[in-house]
Amino acid sequence: MSSPHFVRAPRRTRTILLFLALLFGALILQSTSAAPAQADEVGTEYDFYFAGNVKYESKPLEDVTISVEGNGYNAEVETDAEGKWKIGVPEKGTYTVTLDEETLPKGVIVAEGSASVESEIALTNSKIVNYFLGEGVRVTTSFFDQLVERTVNGLNFGLLLALAAVGASLVFGTTGLSNFAHGEMVTFGAVMALLFVNLEVPLWAALPVAVVMSGVFGYVLDTGLWRPLRRRGIGIVQVMIVSIGLSLLIRYLFLYFIGGGTYQLPGAGEAGIKLFGSVTLSITDMISMATSAVVLLGVAWWLVKTRTGKATRAISDNPSLAAASGIDVDRVVRIVWILAGALAGLAGILWAYFRPGIKWDMGTQILLLVFGAIVLGGLGTAFGALLGSIIVGLLVELSTLWIPSDIKYVGALVVLIAVLLVKPQGLLGRKERIG
Amino acid sequence: MDWEAILSNTASWLISPETIAYALAALGLAVHFGYGGLLNFGMAGFMALGAYGYAISILTFGLPWWAGIIVGMLASVVFAFILGIPTLRLRADYLAIVTIAAAEIVRLLFTTQVFDEVTNSADGLGNYHEGFRAANPFPEGTYGFGPWEYNANGWWVRIFGIGLLIVAALLVWLLMRSPWGRVLKGIREDEDAVRALGKNVFAYKMQALIVGGVFGALGGVVFALPSAVVPSVYVTSLTFFIWTILLLGGAATVFGPLLGAVIFWVIMGFLSNVLPAMASSGLLPFMSTTQAATLRFILVGLALMLIVIFRPQGILGNKKELTFVKQ
Repeated sequence: MSSPHFVRAPRRTRTILLFLALLFGALILQSTSAAPAQADEVGTEYDFYFAGNVKYESKPLEDVTISVEGNGYNAEVETDAEGKWKIGVPEKGTYTVTLDEETLPKGVIVAEGSASVESEIALTNSKIVNYFLGEGVRVTTSFFDQLVERTVNGLNFGLLLALAAVGASLVFGTTGLSNFAHGEMVTFGAVMALLFVNLEVPLWAALPVAVVMSGVFGYVLDTGLWRPLRRRGIGIVQVMIVSIGLSLLIRYLFLYFIGGGTYQLPGAGEAGIKLFGSVTLSITDMISMATSAVVLLGVAWWLVKTRTGKATRAISDNPSLAAASGIDVDRVVRIVWILAGALAGLAGILWAYFRPGIKWDMGTQILLLVFGAIVLGGLGTAFGALLGSIIVGLLVELSTLWIPSDIKYVGALVVLIAVLLVKPQGLLGRKERIG
Repeated sequence: MDWEAILSNTASWLISPETIAYALAALGLAVHFGYGGLLNFGMAGFMALGAYGYAISILTFGLPWWAGIIVGMLASVVFAFILGIPTLRLRADYLAIVTIAAAEIVRLLFTTQVFDEVTNSADGLGNYHEGFRAANPFPEGTYGFGPWEYNANGWWVRIFGIGLLIVAALLVWLLMRSPWGRVLKGIREDEDAVRALGKNVFAYKMQALIVGGVFGALGGVVFALPSAVVPSVYVTSLTFFIWTILLLGGAATVFGPLLGAVIFWVIMGFLSNVLPAMASSGLLPFMSTTQAATLRFILVGLALMLIVIFRPQGILGNKKELTFVKQ
């Protein structure tokens, strides 16, 4: 949720620089041109105004719609034959100045910065807002391309979410614990990767080592905390609240050690490669998707084909029966914790590239999506978690086509509640599980 | 280190609006979890609805302050219905997951730019104090002694909050010794047995969810009364702090949440003063003052774990009367 701010900030400063450059250019132009024509104006009764000049390749553009909105006021104007516009505003403050790209001639777009900019009238009574126009295709023109791009992104996100969700689901299946500290296990992988990168370990070694450390973390948690609690015979709800305490503990330990900032792993946020249409994918994205897919296939194979995997599913089905038929439940649970730790750590690293950035509380964001995916797929079924994750991932990314991106997680969470209304056992769950 | 200032700051937390607000919310959670056995992890959502219901009714709709409080309470009732209808028939952990998700939805909706005109998005709301302060019966001036010296508005907020808290605690006490409370406790102990007696378990759970949720909303209102409403307060950590308070004091008790809130905030207030002071005077080597300030939250997590493992009934509770010990 915080990542857009970090991306937006530098763009805004760049836009301000552009304004300054344009303002300077406009001054020179005005001094050279003969008597300036009267600009198309609204709100002339006010003392303060925004104004500008819409030109493309130094030719003025007529009838381009500009609107100003903010502080409970809004107004709209079209540029005149000289490409000029002026909008008066009642008071000083920050307004959003928007150029309606639909009204530009075909093939022309706002080339740099956004068509909608925040601008402030602070010290002076007026502010010049200009746009850099260039040749290009409007993104909004092709809904299909956007759909494809969002789908690919959603698949990427869904796959990395599945890594975390399958682990959490296996833990739930074998121990009955809804682990609220799972988000912190995700963050742990990313923080470990950051640690080893900062220790100058080369990236190809740092990331696998971080995943191994995450597996060790899962083992340590099981041996040091969860197994003793199981031995004491502590109830499920109680253990769940212990996991909440653990989640707070680990989360603030991250804050303690790495501070409140956002950190990037090397190679994050690199430029994408154009594939087809408007779909661009960076090398990192491709590696990320391939890694998730291969690892998930491996886990699926392990669950279906190996002895331990079969034992895991048997315990999820009926722990007492599994124990009675000679399965060493404690050993399987230990393996499940190691696996869940490693998968969560890998998910954390991939998510650090996807967001992009590593932050101490990033785990809380993904935890709810993990829970959502697990409930959607059916509590306790590993394959349900996989399916649920991909649906949630797609949902989160595709919903931004219609809703603003700062509430994109809302859609996924609303679906979670809706699913419980209609099909509480989830997509792949069995009815008897919900008791 | 200035011990006098540290102790004075700590003592002021005894009756701070935050303490009162958290106590009210914890009391609501006691109705949910302690008496009803409902795993509500969305208390932050109820509190946010109370606070925003109050602030928005005053700022956007121009209602008087007392109507704002009622709007906040009504919003939490609606929220309880939305949470309860899909989940109260299901196993307990479903309610846990849905409530935590719903509280996040509430927070995200108050944070988003989409409703900026009403919610002022991430910056939150302020300047809604006029009506409440105009109703202040205390004349202007500063009252009190020692660490508890506040102006008329400060006392008005505190006394109003404590009044609400007393009424709420009295209500919970009366409810829990009424037939309704006995049925609710029965549901906590054995849902099927109560169902076999012909009681409508779903309706009782829903009523408990509503009553506790309204207390949570009142907590949000008291939290909002002296200062401002900022969405970043209502994160899941807030819910978890309230759980810590409840389990510290005793889940199935009336005075447990109150005692828990006082202990929680006095210790937090003490640590927030003493740890950075120790760090800056070199008593905590290898630690910056920011890190020292973070340390207290790490301790909260640790405390929550230890309480639940070693004394799940809390300070005042009775171990026999806590369903999750037996499960």
